[in-house]
Amino acid sequence: MQQILNFIIRNKNFLLFLLLFGISILFTIQSHSYHRSKFINSANFVTGSIYNTANGVSAYFNLKSQNVILAEENKRLNQLLFNAYKDTSTTNLNTNVNYKLTNAEVIRNSYNAANNFLLINKGVNDSIKEDFGVTSSLGIIGIIDHISGNYATVISILNSKSRISAKLKKTSHFGSLTWNGKSPNIIQLTDVEKTAPVLVGDSIVTSGRSSIFPKNIPVGTVINKTLDATENFYSIDVKLFNDMTNIEHVYIIKNMDKTEIDSLLEAANE
Amino acid sequence: MNSITTKHSFKFILLVILQVTLFNHINFLGYINPYVYILFVIFYPTNNSRVVFMVTSFFLGLAVDLFSDSGGIHAAAAVTIAYLRPGFLKSAFGTLYEHNHVKFDNTDFGAKFIYTTLLTLIHHFVLFTLEIFSATRILHILQKTLFSSSFTILMLLLISVIFSRKTQ
Repeated sequence: MQQILNFIIRNKNFLLFLLLFGISILFTIQSHSYHRSKFINSANFVTGSIYNTANGVSAYFNLKSQNVILAEENKRLNQLLFNAYKDTSTTNLNTNVNYKLTNAEVIRNSYNAANNFLLINKGVNDSIKEDFGVTSSLGIIGIIDHISGNYATVISILNSKSRISAKLKKTSHFGSLTWNGKSPNIIQLTDVEKTAPVLVGDSIVTSGRSSIFPKNIPVGTVINKTLDATENFYSIDVKLFNDMTNIEHVYIIKNMDKTEIDSLLEAANE
Repeated sequence: MNSITTKHSFKFILLVILQVTLFNHINFLGYINPYVYILFVIFYPTNNSRVVFMVTSFFLGLAVDLFSDSGGIHAAAAVTIAYLRPGFLKSAFGTLYEHNHVKFDNTDFGAKFIYTTLLTLIHHFVLFTLEIFSATRILHILQKTLFSSSFTILMLLLISVIFSRKTQ
């Protein structure tokens, strides 16, 4: 007993180091699994309000470019509106009824780490929940991860954990979007069937196979394709329409039928 | 004693806020950021209890993690250099450290440079290893370590030169 106590006292620095290092590793591993990092995330009151203040200052620096983006979008929406009475098909109307949009501002954006997150200024008080999709006027951004009263973190598509289903615009061959951590403008569409007629320059859009994103939200264009190790699937490099390094205004998509779809899927799985 | 505690608490908060609002967003050449908050760990007074020092370093790293949604990678890296620091102090400053006389404001530049460089390299290597978390991408880890370390070391030396109170 005496010896054990002596050992602990002699090595107390090393043991403390092991303990603290172990805790850090635990947090790190937890953060690698979806929705698990309960304590260490930036969607809380303290970090949220500090970022909000900082963003209040830095938002002025790119007002001009953000205004151009918003004006472009207004132009496009006005065009749609003015041409709406000519549109005899009702497909546009039908697909949009199920989705509600909320606009939000990005108060923190990161794109240089291996796992990137954004922080936005909408939360539970704006009836935002986990797993809602987030897009900008140009294309998809990510999926809501943690939420607090007024803030939410978004798993960016530039995150090794992120997996979003997407397809070729012209043929509906689908795959999942992943990121290899190299360039913030290029992500990978993996597991696309070898038979798919992929050409450089083709458009990639969301597939609508999950209950998170509606169909046909733009993602990017094909710039390169390679067969994977098994030679059965394509891995495609996709250049994003979005400039992930310059995002200010985003839309949160709420699928009104999500609970219904999820409970149906759960029943099917049991 | 009390004024020193206050001074260091103030330094702690200031460094965390500067790191998360300013230095995390520099993105030089796309992805290179300095991690200046380790200034706190590197230039912490040497004559304090190691236990308190390691716990403080842990919470410093954890505070940065909290802001950058990175799990515990900064905490792990900060604790590692806090634990390894006495060894490097001994090899860089020699007898000065043995006699408990290391005052970072008055030591010569060469020794300080080597000491800062080694600790920064270790910190960044642990940090990026845990961040990327994949042995197959060791080249990517080393590349990020090298580039970010150069930036951090430059910033640390600039800050220590500007803010040192040298008694002539």
